[in-house]
Amino acid sequence: MGDRTMKSTINVTVKLFATLREGRFDIRSMELADGATVADVVSLLGIAEEEVALIMADHRHREMDYALADRMTLALFPPVGGG
Amino acid sequence: MDIRNELRKAAREGCIRTADIERIASSAGLATASVERSALEAGIVPERYRRNGSTISPEQQLRLLSSTAAVVGCGGLGGYVVEELARLGVGRLIAIDPDVFEEHNLNRQLYAVGESLGKPKVEAAAARIAMVNPSVSMVPLYERFTSDSAKRQLSGSVVVVDALDSVSARRELAASCSALGLPLVHGSIAGWFGQLTVQYPGESTIDSLYAGFGGDKGVEARLGNPSFTPAVVASLQAALACKLILGMESGLRRRVLMIDLLAMSFETISMG
Repeated sequence: MGDRTMKSTINVTVKLFATLREGRFDIRSMELADGATVADVVSLLGIAEEEVALIMADHRHREMDYALADRMTLALFPPVGGG
Repeated sequence: MDIRNELRKAAREGCIRTADIERIASSAGLATASVERSALEAGIVPERYRRNGSTISPEQQLRLLSSTAAVVGCGGLGGYVVEELARLGVGRLIAIDPDVFEEHNLNRQLYAVGESLGKPKVEAAAARIAMVNPSVSMVPLYERFTSDSAKRQLSGSVVVVDALDSVSARRELAASCSALGLPLVHGSIAGWFGQLTVQYPGESTIDSLYAGFGGDKGVEARLGNPSFTPAVVASLQAALACKLILGMESGLRRRVLMIDLLAMSFETISMG
């Protein structure tokens, strides 16, 4: 437990959907600073915020300012509107 | 004439053939749909619905036949949705689309064929359904869906299917359905990807889906849509519409189903 509270980084599994994968990856484990938000990951990956329509972290819909926690899965989805 | 007696005489193994339904309808001066409903009320299943088996009970079949669904957009998704709901036996289908078929629709839109190019999509749909299931009453509306016309366009519907192709129109439809107290089955596609949800009255799931997005076209503008993605997503929409008509739980209340046909993964996101 002492170890966990001392930890200054977190590991998050990041999944990218559709066009967001292009030139990046489908799924990857990322080491992030403790307290990193979704917006930090989006910025690190060189994704413009307006390219992301939907954010899922820890199985729920979240906003850009959501603070991630160790061992979470984050998935980013672009807008899908075709019919 | 005693319809019920005639139906019982013609029934075999609890089912009645279309030819007998048509004969009874003709001699009684009734529409075939009305005779089909009388048959189901008597527990006799029209032969065309026999293979719905125990999945759809006679009572449920009667409910489907007595219901109206609106399909907004009659392109890639909408064509398959109309076809599946008509075969399922939804009694009245409103199809809304302001477009005619063009050559670039041929890769995926069920009713886009050589002969239908240049013709209104909703009229091609109505012509097809007249062949598939003539008891279904088709209401083709060759016009754009607008919130101002929503009340008239969706009149009588118990469920609305969003098969549109622009984000702004989808949001407009979602707001109209909320105002009219109608459940909405959302489906959208891009390339190998698709998403589905059900928005019930009083909820704002569709707005949440596109919250960070101000544009009109999503990534489908570049990815396009191949033949299979609309068929997959439209079939799931038809299943959801069926459940909503029958008063069953959709399984997607405040949840979005994300489909990735590359990874072959189906993942749901709770919208909280």
